[in-house]
Amino acid sequence: MSNKLINWFKFSSPSTFYPLARHISFWSALIAIVLLVIGLYLSFFVAPTDYKQGEGYRIIFVHVPAAWMSMIIYLAMAFWSAIGLIYNTRLSYMMTTALAPTGAMFTFLALWTGAFWGKPMWGAWWVWDARLTSELILLFLYLGFIALQSATDDNRRADRAGAILVLVGVVNIPIIYYSVQWWNTLHQGASVSVMKSPSMAAIMLQTMLLMAIAFWAYSFAVVFNRVRSIILEREADSQWVSDLPEVKALDMGN
Amino acid sequence: MAEFFDMGGYALYVWGSFGATALLMLIEPVLLSSRRKNALRNVARLNRLKSGE
Repeated sequence: MSNKLINWFKFSSPSTFYPLARHISFWSALIAIVLLVIGLYLSFFVAPTDYKQGEGYRIIFVHVPAAWMSMIIYLAMAFWSAIGLIYNTRLSYMMTTALAPTGAMFTFLALWTGAFWGKPMWGAWWVWDARLTSELILLFLYLGFIALQSATDDNRRADRAGAILVLVGVVNIPIIYYSVQWWNTLHQGASVSVMKSPSMAAIMLQTMLLMAIAFWAYSFAVVFNRVRSIILEREADSQWVSDLPEVKALDMGN
Repeated sequence: MAEFFDMGGYALYVWGSFGATALLMLIEPVLLSSRRKNALRNVARLNRLKSGE
């Protein structure tokens, strides 16, 4: 029975995961570039002008994917934090650490593009509305996690403290998601929902989903690249790292 | 062409959004590449220290 299943724990070893992460990062980058080119073309040249918001609505093609990624990356961090606390695998914590800067970036972009949408449509860059405020709290959670990790020299303590912070903060994710239903808000409701058919033109929806997949692939590419650097930084003392061909090449050069 | 960049009067907002997104998504890979170079250099330095002992 057990030998029919993939032994996932094999990949929890940084030395096995390091080359795998390279392949994931490379192919994700390739997919991201192709999808971004198609997505941008659709965003500007194929998707029609909106009857209410004119050309201004095109911000949706970066705003919604960035906002989705800001939440998905946080959930991924919570997942790896939980795995780390349960199995005490150091690679899980490295994944959490690798995800944080990209998550913070997308959260910032969701807020930034939201402001650039809100100004022409609502007449304000910012309002203290439930959706916007909970997304701002998400940015603070990311920044808090990054600050907490960099303030602690002992990696093991930094990892565990960070994991607990991430897991406590995960309560914010459903608050962001349902804020447009729970409170009276200026922010429009979800355009795409599992429960009902989408409230936008098919080509607009397809473009937005394509951009979302592109951002997803981009995130895979950068996060798996970053985790490789984190492995090198944290395992610098180990024999397999000093035996890596890319390190040997540097040894020769000096 | 000018009409395209004008975005129906929404130029500042559309390009402000896409521009910031493009900028950050280009900067992040550059930062990652320099982080990787630093990490590799650090390992090579440790190797030299070890072999010097």
